[in-house]
Amino acid sequence: MDIAIQAEGLRKRYGGKQAKDALNGVDLSVPAGTIFGLLGPNGAGKTTIVRILATLLSADSGEAGVAGFDVRRQPKEVRRRIGLTGQYAAVDERLTGRENLRLIGTLYHLGRSATRVRADELLEQLDLTDAADRPVKTYSGGMRRRLDLAASLIAEPPVLFLDEPTTGLDLTSRLTLWEVIRGQVRGGATVLLTTQYLEEADQLADRIAVLNNGGVIAEGTPDELKDRVGDDRLRVTAASAKDVIELTKVLSRFSGDEPLVDEERRTVSVSMTEGVRGIATVATELAEAGIPVADFQLSRPSMDEVFLSLTGDAPQPVAEGAVA
Amino acid sequence: MTESLSDSLALIGRHLRHLARVPERLLSVTLMPVMYVIVFGFLFGSAMQVEGGDYREYIMAGIFAQVMLANLQTTAVGVVDDLRNGLVDRFRSLPMSRYAVLIGRTVSDLLLSSIAVVVMAVVGYLIGWRVHTGVGNIVAAFGLLLLLGLGAAWLGALLGLSLRNVEAVSAVMSMVMMPLTFLSSAFIPPSGLPGWLQAITVWNPLSSVVEAVRQLFGNPSSVGDSSFPALHPVPVAMVLVAAMIALAMPLAARRYRTASAR
Repeated sequence: MDIAIQAEGLRKRYGGKQAKDALNGVDLSVPAGTIFGLLGPNGAGKTTIVRILATLLSADSGEAGVAGFDVRRQPKEVRRRIGLTGQYAAVDERLTGRENLRLIGTLYHLGRSATRVRADELLEQLDLTDAADRPVKTYSGGMRRRLDLAASLIAEPPVLFLDEPTTGLDLTSRLTLWEVIRGQVRGGATVLLTTQYLEEADQLADRIAVLNNGGVIAEGTPDELKDRVGDDRLRVTAASAKDVIELTKVLSRFSGDEPLVDEERRTVSVSMTEGVRGIATVATELAEAGIPVADFQLSRPSMDEVFLSLTGDAPQPVAEGAVA
Repeated sequence: MTESLSDSLALIGRHLRHLARVPERLLSVTLMPVMYVIVFGFLFGSAMQVEGGDYREYIMAGIFAQVMLANLQTTAVGVVDDLRNGLVDRFRSLPMSRYAVLIGRTVSDLLLSSIAVVVMAVVGYLIGWRVHTGVGNIVAAFGLLLLLGLGAAWLGALLGLSLRNVEAVSAVMSMVMMPLTFLSSAFIPPSGLPGWLQAITVWNPLSSVVEAVRQLFGNPSSVGDSSFPALHPVPVAMVLVAAMIALAMPLAARRYRTASAR
């Protein structure tokens, strides 16, 4: 299979007083026509990687190629073949949605009529037709992000970089964006996506690289990563918050490792090696301890749990309205 | 080359649309200088004495130059805006000309200040400002002002790309603009100043430009002393303005190539 995005030994150190390595030797390889997720907490180096691959920043050392061209030596060839959606909606507030798309199409040198046709198509596809002739400053946050995505799609680039494209979006906008991204990949595009939403990476990405402190600490398909965490997990949700501590005590007796406690959801999870027999024992114990249970399930590890076990650190606090 | 041109035109179009959408901007850009013309020329004009002519004729070149110099701030703030909201990132990821973004910004800012200059010239004429030279000199005078505006805009672009925030730009501007304009011959004839202040004023580059414009218009000038810039304002001003553009353009373009909001 063709490799659309390739990076070897990318290193980057920012100047300044507290200089530390932003990237300490990152290797990536993304096959054409797939979605690759970069997952990691703030400051892990996700944006730095995207900026290097999108020719906005030069790496201190290492090689990177996008769509068959070297980002350092052939930046213009790379730029002809990429679309970039950054962390902020990079659109002109005072222009209308349609004018924004036409401007970007013109700057891609698409030609006047192709630009117009493509702009109208994208406005339709991203559900912005009604707002197309209003200045962007009247748009909601979700509409801006959709317009921003449309801008990066206008030249139908074979490679798309999406840097936290759905941060701060409501569920509907997020689902629309996901669908558009999947559509691009069906059409043959390659997507590199960074996200702080573990669920988003799980849902969209064919492969995920987990980034921490400037390095890739794990890479694989979502399933492979979950396998690395090991066994299935038993999740028990207490009916009332006051029982969470007691519940944790009971569950810790059944597992070798520390239970993971989610106070807000009153849920405690442990790895479970004994399968159904283990579940039966736990259920009996809980009944004897007199802890009312709201939910009780055995399943594959979640991406949160993967993240936690890889980094040994709590995952990013997820913004309100996050995908559950 | 044609690509640079068409990219630049697309971005000039972007700024003209802004102007069409926020016409108050045009008003705010022209109102202030017109107020200067009226207050300085009409009100102070009767009280101020200038050798060899009328203060109303003396002041116009100073206000023209001040308006052009204001591009320093206008362009800097515009560039910071684009940097902050991510547009510079977007433009830099496109297969477009490297210079187009800055050309689009500086040229449209220059266009706006040129409109202000035209309005001021009309108001100036109404309160008694006249030119006393031929077409060639008048064209040269406005040409010099345009080059000053262009240089100021590119310097502003460099400033904006280097400082990267509006507060810092305003702080630098208030430190630079006041002494630059008031310690020049833009508003006051230096001949009345104490010796050391007079020397500063005469050697202030803005004074050279303003004096050159006065000379080209045939307006009363205020040769402060017999120093070189005071005696040869036109060539000195031309060299200064050319040097400003020649320095600021490549430096700003270089900054732009690695620009980022942080």
